[in-house]
Amino acid sequence: MSLIPANLRYAKSHEWVRPAADGTALVGISDYAQAALGDITYVQLPKPGATLAAGAVFGVVESVKAASDLYAPVAGTVLEVNPALNSAPETVNSSPYETGWMLKLKLADPMSPATLLDATTYGKLLG
Amino acid sequence: MSELQRTPLRDFHAAHGGRLVDFAGWEMPVQYRSILEEHRAVRRAAGLFDVSHMGEVDVRGPEAGKFLQHLVTNDVTKLFPGRVLYSPMCYENGGVVDDLLVYKRGPDDYFLCINAGNIAKDLAWLHTRARGFAVTVTDRSADYALLAVQGPQAATIVQSLTGAKLGLVKYYHFAEGTVAGVQCLISRTGYTGEDGFELYHAPGDAVALAEALLAAGTPQGLELVGLGSRDSLRLEAGYPLYGHELSADISPLTAGLGWTVKLDKPDGFVGAEALRAEQAAGGARRVVFFNTGDRRIVRADTPVLGRSGATVGRVLSGTLSPMLNEAIGSALVPASAVADPLAVEIRGEKINLSLVKPPFVALKK
Repeated sequence: MSLIPANLRYAKSHEWVRPAADGTALVGISDYAQAALGDITYVQLPKPGATLAAGAVFGVVESVKAASDLYAPVAGTVLEVNPALNSAPETVNSSPYETGWMLKLKLADPMSPATLLDATTYGKLLG
Repeated sequence: MSELQRTPLRDFHAAHGGRLVDFAGWEMPVQYRSILEEHRAVRRAAGLFDVSHMGEVDVRGPEAGKFLQHLVTNDVTKLFPGRVLYSPMCYENGGVVDDLLVYKRGPDDYFLCINAGNIAKDLAWLHTRARGFAVTVTDRSADYALLAVQGPQAATIVQSLTGAKLGLVKYYHFAEGTVAGVQCLISRTGYTGEDGFELYHAPGDAVALAEALLAAGTPQGLELVGLGSRDSLRLEAGYPLYGHELSADISPLTAGLGWTVKLDKPDGFVGAEALRAEQAAGGARRVVFFNTGDRRIVRADTPVLGRSGATVGRVLSGTLSPMLNEAIGSALVPASAVADPLAVEIRGEKINLSLVKPPFVALKK
């Protein structure tokens, strides 16, 4: 069974968003996504300062099996990318919601995460 | 799409968390826990693989040895009862039908292990080419399950379950005996570059044997290993996989397997003329192995770029080496380009290939 923390918002493309009170948010991929990908061997992320439209490709996650695009669940400006993933991309497998986060965004619209799926709805999507 | 074939261990895999996928028409575990972790477990201690999808063939009769000597590129006359030989089997044009293991059980009694995806094709080829020889070719694939125990602890684990003296069964030799009470052909062979055994046995015994090996091996660090790691282990060892480094289009000489091609066999063999001509001409293409110093996997069919940046070849196999933490692979390139700087492009970025003579890691075998 996939872990789906109740306090996060989810995109149908399996990214999660954790909004903070200051208008920023962390973005990563769900436990379901990391399990489906299998061993993650490389994560390609944008440079800080990049602006992302909602739904835009922001990077690539590679596993032994395949390379898959990553989609921005909400619009924003990249403040920071997780430096640990460069040398330890498998962190996304072991801790998809905590130390395996990918982006810190300055949200274009602080209300945008609320338009994403809540945990219950995302859970139903996974079946 | 037709129904997937199942080995007798299909439910065993599911019960142990195996992720089952379609592999050459078989429902097989690609991984249990993690391809990278399972790979490292084999190099560190041991792994247990179900390879029951592989095909088995009996070749028997007064001319069985003569027939096989005619059919495969390696020298079957080197075999004696208890000895195993690896060999490609070629078409007249030097392309490869399959690569296989030849077991000699007695003067007129040989046993072949062939690739799962090639069983129907190989049998048709064997039957066609057997005409005129006093030999009987029998498909025994449904009569055998096959478990491989591979890794530095493999001998300790298998020895704990058998009275057979494994110290006397050297690499590429085999013996008949019981393991955990199950009658087996115990073959000291494998596809990982580690010491290990392949145990041929009756399908009805497969679950009992797998459970016994897992129980005896777990304290030694043995893990269940799927086909994902089987592929990365063989690539790290520099072993060819049919359909990648060897094919109807890639001869054993092109693949760098010249040591298995005995052009001086007195009565010749199927494909000898073409291979002799290829050798005389120097060979237009080469299979090369490479690493990149980068974690991005260079996947099969990626174009290989030569000195001018134009495509000169293609990648045959590629993965991340779990031991080296960098991309490794093989490619088919023109012989004339081997000394040139070669590169690939991944998502718009050029990555240089460094050619390496495998194995990529130090191996026991």
